[in-house]
Parts: sequence; C-alpha cells; structure tokens
Amino acid sequence: MTNTTSEKASPEGAAISDFGIDTTSKSTGEALRDYVARLRGGELGSLPALLGLVVLLIVFSSLSDSFLTLGNIANLLAQGAGTTIIAMGLVFVLLLGEIDLSAGTASGVAASVMALHLVKGGNLLGGMGDTVFYVFCGLLVLAVVLAALMRIWAGAALAAVALVIAAVGVPANPWVEMLLAICVGAAIGCITGFLVAKVGIPSFVVTLALFLAWGGVILQLIGQGGTLGLNDDVLFKVANGNLSTAGSWLLFVIAAGGYAAVVLTRHFSRLRKGLVAQPTPMVLTRVGAVLVLGAAATYALTLNRSVSNVVVITGVPYVVPLVLFLLVVGTFVLDRTRYGRHVYAVGGNKEAARRAGINVPQIRMSVFVIASTAAAIGAIVYSSKVGSVDPNAGGGNTLLMAVGAAVIGGTSLFGGKGRLRDAVIGGAVLATITNGMGLLKQPAAVVYIVTGLVLLLAASIDALSRRRAAASTR
Amino acid sequence: MSEPILELRGVNKSFGPVHVLHDIDFTVRAGEVTALVGDNGAGKSTLVKSIAGIHPIDSGEVVFDGKPVTINGPRDAAALGIEVVYQDLALCDNLDIVQNMFLGRERGKAGMLDETDMEQAARKTLTSLSVRTVKSVRTQVSSLSGGQRQTVAIAKAVLWNSKVVLLDEPTAALGVAQTRQVLDLVRRLAEQGLGVVLISHNMNDVFEVADRIACLYLGRMAAEVPTKDVTHGQVVELITAGRSGELGIARPESATI
Repeated sequence: MTNTTSEKASPEGAAISDFGIDTTSKSTGEALRDYVARLRGGELGSLPALLGLVVLLIVFSSLSDSFLTLGNIANLLAQGAGTTIIAMGLVFVLLLGEIDLSAGTASGVAASVMALHLVKGGNLLGGMGDTVFYVFCGLLVLAVVLAALMRIWAGAALAAVALVIAAVGVPANPWVEMLLAICVGAAIGCITGFLVAKVGIPSFVVTLALFLAWGGVILQLIGQGGTLGLNDDVLFKVANGNLSTAGSWLLFVIAAGGYAAVVLTRHFSRLRKGLVAQPTPMVLTRVGAVLVLGAAATYALTLNRSVSNVVVITGVPYVVPLVLFLLVVGTFVLDRTRYGRHVYAVGGNKEAARRAGINVPQIRMSVFVIASTAAAIGAIVYSSKVGSVDPNAGGGNTLLMAVGAAVIGGTSLFGGKGRLRDAVIGGAVLATITNGMGLLKQPAAVVYIVTGLVLLLAASIDALSRRRAAASTR
Repeated sequence: MSEPILELRGVNKSFGPVHVLHDIDFTVRAGEVTALVGDNGAGKSTLVKSIAGIHPIDSGEVVFDGKPVTINGPRDAAALGIEVVYQDLALCDNLDIVQNMFLGRERGKAGMLDETDMEQAARKTLTSLSVRTVKSVRTQVSSLSGGQRQTVAIAKAVLWNSKVVLLDEPTAALGVAQTRQVLDLVRRLAEQGLGVVLISHNMNDVFEVADRIACLYLGRMAAEVPTKDVTHGQVVELITAGRSGELGIARPESATI
C-alpha cells in the first residue's frame, strides 16, 4: 500500500490536502473521541435502548424484592424469547422500509397447524376436514410455485417440505411438528412476499389484509373457544427446559470462545494487511467484557433457583442458545454475505440497487419469507411457554410488541438502518417492563400505558437522531 | 491524436414519431475528454442512453475498439467497458464507500464477502485517481459532501477496468471547490487512458478540461472540433443556432426535430 501522505498535496489548497485516505489506525483516545462525535452526530444505534434497559433493571430491582432473583431472571428470558425471535425476523422487513403486520397471526397459523398435527397424531386431513385440508395443500403448492418463480429456493424447499409432511401424513413427533411449523411459516412468507414484491401492493395493505385473514384461519383450525394442548415433553421443554450444568458451561465455551476467536482473528488479520482497524486495547476490552459477563451469567444460571426445597432448577434456559444461534446466523447473513449487503442496499436506495444489477423484487420477497419463518420459530417458543395453542395465538398485540422491540432497539422504520441485535435488546426491554410491572402488581392498564410510552420515547429518539444526522451532513 | 475507442456512425433514434437523433457521427478517443454540449432537448441524454444500451439505436453503426458491436442493453455496454455516471448518483446513503463501489459486484466466495480484498481494491482505485478528499474508505456515503459523492460515483465507474466513462453533468450541483475536485478527476481519468465523455452546460468547465467539443443541435451533430480551434462565443452560437461561421450544419433553419 502506498503511503498517501508522501504524495504532494493538491495545489488547490488546504481544503483538499487536509484529508487523506488514512491507513494509520487510531489510538484508543482518538477512537473514543470519534465514537462520542458520532453519537453527537446522531448515530445512536442501540445505545438508548441499552441505557433504558439498565435504568429499568435498577428501578425494578429497587422497587421489588423478587425482581432480581435468579428464578425471575430465567423466567424473564423465556417470556421475552418468543417476541424477540419474531422481532428478529421483522428487522429484515424493516430494513427495506416495509412492514409485516401479518407476522403475528402468521405465527399463530404455524402454531395451530403444529398443534393440530400433534393432537391428531399426524392426520391433518382428519383434523382439518376435507375442504380446509385441500385449500391448505393448494396454498402450499402455490407458495412453492411462487417461490420457485422468483428463484427463492430456500422458501420453495421449505414450503415443499410442509406439503410433503401434510400430504403423506407423517406421524406426530415433536421434531416433525417444529419443522412443520417453520415450513408453514416460510410458505406464508412466500405468498406475502410475492404479493408485495411482484404484484406490487404496498406491504402495509397486503399484510393488514393477511393479518385479518390468518386470524380467521387460526379460528377455523382450532375452533371457537377450543384449545389444543401441546402434551409433549420435547415441545414443552423448548421454552421451559434448561441445559445441564455441564451443558451450560459448554455453551459458554462455544459462544464466548467463538466470539473471541472471530473478533480477534479478524482484528489481527486487518492489522496484518495494513487496513484501518479498531485500537487493539479497545478490542481486547470488548472481548474481555463479553467473556466476564458471559461467565458471570452462566455461573448465576447454574445455581439452584428453585423456590421450594423439593425440586432443583439449574442451568441456562434452552431459549438462550436458541436466540443466540438465530442472532449469530442472522447477523452473519446481514453483515458477511452478498445477500445481506443487498438487503441494506435495497433499503437504502432502491433505484441505486436496481442499477447495480441487484434483483430488487427477489430481495423484497425474500425478507418476508425470513420474517414469517422467524415468526413461526417464535410461535414454537411462545406456544411451548404456555403449553397450548388457542385461537388468540399470535393475535392481539403479539406483532406490535415485536415491531416495538425492533424499533426500541434502534431499527429505523424508514429502512436501511438497523441490526439484528437491536431486536434482542428491544425485546429484553419490553420483557423487562412486562415482567417488572407484573411483579409490582400493576394492572394491565398501567403496563400497556408504560409500554406505549417507552415505544413513543424510542421512536422520538430515532426521529431526533435522524434530524441531527441530516443536519450534520454537508 | 489517439485512436478512437468508440465510434458512432450515422446513428438514428426515434421515439414513436419523434426523430430524436439524426445521422449522428460521434467519436470518443482514448486518453481524451470529449465534451458533449447542446441546448435542452438537443439529444444529449438520448445519445448517452443509446451508448449505454438503455435506448438501443434504430439504425447506424457502433464501432468499439475497432470492432463493430451491437449494444442491446446496459449489460452489453458494461461488458464492453462502458460505464455511465448519471446525474442522480445512484449511491446508497446507508452504505460506506467500499460497499457502494462494489455494489452488485461484490467479491468473495460462495455468497460471502471478502471485505479485505474489496477495501484494498477500492483504496487502490481512489489512490490511483489521486482522490484524497475522503478521510477513510469506510466513511458512510450519507456523511459525504456533493463533490465527494460525485468522486465516489466516478471511482465506482473506473473500478471495473472500464474503457469509456460517460459523465452526465457531474458538476451541475457543486460549489466552486468541489467542481475543481471533480474536473481534476475528469482530467486524471483521461490521463489514465480512458475515453471520457463529459456532458455539461457550463462553458468554463468544458473549455477547461475538454480536448474536443461535440455540439448537438436539434438532434444533429453540428460540429465536432478540437477545443483549441474554437472560442467560447462560437460554441455558444453552435449550441443556440447550430451554426457559427464556417462551422455547423449547412442550413440550420431547415432543421426540424
């Protein structure tokens, strides 16, 4: 790499020679000052949400004795996981500046198909009745065709798997049920995405219509006033089970060790190649902090948190590795793959993306497939938490809470800005509010009002930081 | 005088009943800046879009690097090494400079991104163009000035070993200092051996950087002359009246769209 500073400055004067494509890495102090400057410039990211989370934790733990107990923290993680997972899928949709209002009821459809398949021992035809079953299969075929038409092979494959499971009548098995739910979610996403991306109906309208329609489908599948119990040990444990102590530590070693390895390898490879990198002390501090916090959390969760003397509850809840896994995979897709780059590009400037040769309709359709698939995974978790599926599954404010989680975390509704971890942080904020208010014995009215105000606050911060960012350019 | 890299001979283009380009002859030479001037509606944009493959031509011949070619779409043009920098820059504000320069043509195996490779290549291109106006290649485009954005858009076009770069009014929205930067950049492109076409309304810019001036008048090529052989006034006359002394179309008053 040539040293740009040795080149002669342009004769046009200081305005130009002041700059240079810098190849020198910043010192820790400079990097910190840079970060503060960016914050002042309006690039807040998920910082407000993190601060909010800390404030909430302090407030609730001072007001309620039972908030900061191990049992409650573990419970809080399981409560928030469903919404968080749905929110992670929605981040993809929000990145394009679109909205998926149907993700909630779509997750409900996935949950009820799953529960129906389990309860009827794999006989969906018997469980749904002839007409409904054939319409269901017809829609799955449609989803496969639409996905194949747009060359979204993953979506087509998942929808095809759902079709096979339904048509063959695979016997009930918890793993098959979960796969079926995920595949049904993907199939729903194919239909939604096609209507938005290819037919060209605004996503708000498509998903509003589907929100209503899927709500009706759930009612049809379960029946008015009915409830389908998930009487299966594996399905029950998804949200209520814990890793063993050894498993918890193994998870820590894999997750934290993997994080440290990836961050450090990348950092030193950039330094070796002479590219601008973060200051080494800062990177080491970050890795160290993650290792210490991870170890502390793992240790705390492996202590006995049972309130009675009879049973012993220890270990990290299963939902933690599940959410972590989805977070890692999703972040990898968004940051390190061509597809993720194209998602950001379409969200930033659709016309620029089109001119750069990106298949914009395909990208737009694919994010709906991802959102609905994630919603189905979220459905498995929240159904497992309560142990049954009723006609309200995924209805009410499930979806709006998920959108709220993504927005509170710092994802912009205008598209192009947001990360997957925003959804996780936002989901944690919402779960903390719900849980803490419950412990304080506040009525639902107060919980909703507070949640609404927090969301409003988050949206205002987004809008204000945008204005700030716009003012600081040029 | 260098060899022509791109030659148009007798090119016609109509949109329905409107005959926009009449028997256009136009030459772009490697290592030279050719300014394309003309009044609004003279056919500058149509000519550029024909070359870029957005509006395929009706009749006429296109010779690229000595070989006759047909350009039926933007991909054909890109494959030949013809890049267009449009007025609205087609950059993504939320991505950084490297990400924008490689948008749609990312490097890396199996759908993954090779950030290191792209960052180094982007920096090499910017350095080769002596672009030193941006602090870091990882700066987000949203925080760049108009001139810097234009620079990134031009550098993006150069990155692909292109042979001909068409610039549509690159200085239209820029201030004095930024116009300077961009004009310097245009000159450097030519010095690197690219054929550069500069569409501009600004006579000062044209006289400053162009080696040759091609003037369109109502869809006809009024004149294609070396810059040093004409004066400011003559070019303005060519633009407005289609004729100036010995130069221009024989009977401009009979010219119709």
